[in-house]
This record gives sequence, C-alpha cells and structure tokens, in this order.
Amino acid sequence: MVSTPPHSDAEDRQALLEHARAVLDQVCDPEIPVLTIRDIGILRDVAMDDDGTIEVVITPTYSGCPAMGMIAIEVELALAKAGIDAHRVSLRHSPPWTTDWISDDAREKLRAYGIAPPKKGSNSKRALFSDEVITCPKCGASDTEKISEFGSTACKALYRCRNCREPFDYFKCI
Amino acid sequence: MGELQKNTRFEHLLRLADTNLILGHRMSEWIGKSPILEEELALTNIGLDLIGQARALYEHAVAVSGEEDNRDADDLVFLRDAPEYKNLLLVERENGDFAHTMVRQMFYSAFAVPVWEALTRSVDSEVAGIAGRAEKESLYHLRHASEWILRMGDGTEESHQRVQDAVDALWMYTGEMFDMDEVETAAFEAGHGVDLTAVRSEWEKTVREVLTAATLDYPEDCWMLKGGRTGKHTEHLGHLLSDMQFLQRAYPGQKW
Ligand SMILES: [Zn+2]
Repeated sequence: MVSTPPHSDAEDRQALLEHARAVLDQVCDPEIPVLTIRDIGILRDVAMDDDGTIEVVITPTYSGCPAMGMIAIEVELALAKAGIDAHRVSLRHSPPWTTDWISDDAREKLRAYGIAPPKKGSNSKRALFSDEVITCPKCGASDTEKISEFGSTACKALYRCRNCREPFDYFKCI
Repeated sequence: MGELQKNTRFEHLLRLADTNLILGHRMSEWIGKSPILEEELALTNIGLDLIGQARALYEHAVAVSGEEDNRDADDLVFLRDAPEYKNLLLVERENGDFAHTMVRQMFYSAFAVPVWEALTRSVDSEVAGIAGRAEKESLYHLRHASEWILRMGDGTEESHQRVQDAVDALWMYTGEMFDMDEVETAAFEAGHGVDLTAVRSEWEKTVREVLTAATLDYPEDCWMLKGGRTGKHTEHLGHLLSDMQFLQRAYPGQKW
C-alpha cells in the first residue's frame, strides 16, 4: 500500500511557524524601505502558542517613533495575506532596542541608500560638547559637519559633506 | 526588599509619565514658531521622544493597575484634571522665550539622564527597558539644550542676559525634583525607584558645568517651590490641559 506518511501535528505546527517567520522576514520598515524589520532589530520574536496562534513580538526603536503603529499593521497584514489568521502582535520594551542590533549587512544597505549608518557601540558617550566624525555615505569623505542633531525622523540627524557638498541623513546611535 | 503596593507603583509610574508628557506638550507648542527650521525639527523631535516615553509608561501603568482601574492610556492623558496630574512644576512652566525653553530643557534633561540610568536597574523589567532607551534619548536632549545655553550665554549681551534671567526664574522649581517623599522612598526601597539624593549631586555637577562653560552664574540657594508630584500645580498647567484636552472634552470618545 502506498501512502504519504501521515503528517504529525508537531510537523504541521513547525511548518506553519517557519512559514510565518519567512513571511515576517520580508516586512520592510515603512520609513527606511531598504531594511526589513528583522534587519533593524524591531522584530524580536516569532513563536507559536499552544492553540496554534502565531505570537509576534516587536520592540520600538526610538520612544517617539511614529512608525510603530504602522509596523504593527504591516505585520498583521503580511500574516493575513499569507493566510495566517490566528496571530497576535505585542510590543515589548525589554531589553531596550539599540542601534547595535542593526546587522553589518543592513548597515551596508543603509549606506547604499544614502544614510550614514550608526556608529557601533558609541551609544554610552556622555560628553556634552563634542562631535563625532561621521563619514559621508555618498563620497566616503570624513570632512562632514552636523547641521542638526534632529532630522527628518526621530532616528536621524542631518549632516552635510564638505567634500561633495551633499547633505545626508545619519542614523543616530542609541 | 518589600513588595511595592500596587497603588504606589501606579502613582510612581504616573509621576514620571506626566512629567514627560507635559514637557513633550510644551515642546509641541513651538511647532511653527521656532527660530529656524533645524530648531523646529529639534524641538518637535524632543517633544516626540518625551511623549513616546510617557506613552510607554502610561501603557505600562495601565497594565500594572489591572482591572481595578479601567482607564486606558488615552483616558489618563485626556480625562484627568490638573489636581490629578503629578508632573513636576518645572515642566509646566510656559515656554517663554527660547532661552527659557532651553534652560527648562537642560534642567530637566540633566535630571532625567541619571534618573533613567538608575531605572535601567529597576526590578520591573518593562520599566528597565523603557529607561534604557530613554536614557540615551535624554542625553541627546541634554546635549542639544546645553549647546544652545553655551551659545547664548557666551553670545551677545542680550542673549547672555536672557539666558541668565531664565536660569534665575526657573531655579526655584528645581528643588522639587529631588524630594524623597513617601512614594519616592517606597518605590526606591522596593527596587522600583531612584535615590533622588544621589541624582541631585550628579544634576548639580552637570548644571554647574554647563553654566560655567556658558559664563553664567550658578544661582545661590533659595526657597524652592514644590507640590507638582502631589497635584498642587501653578495656573500654567490648567491652561495647558484646556488646550491639550479640548478635543476629547468637547467630543468625548472621538477617534482620529
Ligand atoms: Zn560627500
């Protein structure tokens, strides 16, 4: 007798969870569309509870990031489109998000997109009057100046390159 | 270390949330009126950070209070009257001129940085998480305000005078920040709060450093006004709330 091996419940669950993870890995940040929410570190956990509901945990980047509501909606939409209706999205603040969680690969994508990536591990700096050297993402020069500590979104500062004369965004460290 | 009573824990979170919200709202009052475009971005971003920190704290406070209190974060913000607000008096002071706004910000951020830093060790992991990010954000706010104070203090005769006037006028509202009353003491002893006496020395050191660099006088000891944390406010808060709460008061339950 020929038959396909019966799928165990555990196998189904595992397949669904992997499917959900693959779907969520494609969700992009609404403000920096070259990065996925996985790249940035917003997507913290994808798990499944006992009754098969997919539990997604996301974490805010900057406290005032207005994109968080949008990101939660994009997560729900992506899962719904993939036919995964039983899901729950929750926000967790602990441990706190830091720019150190942005992968090297993602930093390169940021640079190519024209945003200077955040410096690594420099977020404990407490100097009141000092400037860090930020390299221009367009020409690579380090002769740049800060125009504004606060830029177009909560996560960015505004810089100008003295070499190629172009203004650019810098993804601030936190 | 004893367990912190639920209502004390709620109260402690509310104080921190209210202070950040009210200062955040004050920043939003600068929208469209800032001296330059870059400053418009800075003030609104600082406001956004503060309101974001407040929101996380309100949501957590609601979760902590459980079913006994069925208000949500929006209810806490839009449906409480001034005596129910527990923010520091400093942050409800009107914006005044740009020097006043920057001095108020520097005074508060120099306090917020060590407070958040201490809260990263809170036994409440959600608060520790919120604090970890807020500490770094507050550092940016402190640096921004300090740079302006340096520029204005060490600038023209008029800018120097204006920033010194702001320092002198706001000084009497700073003492309240370090008051270890029953709620602060209970929260600290249970591992939820902060030793504000220790924060005071760090605050004084930072403020002295900024004022000295800006060629400004560090004020002498004076009488300090307090009451914000127990709901006794100046008339400025009522005016702020009437503006901030207008929509929900006029059209209850209205959604965007
Ligand atoms: Zn360049």
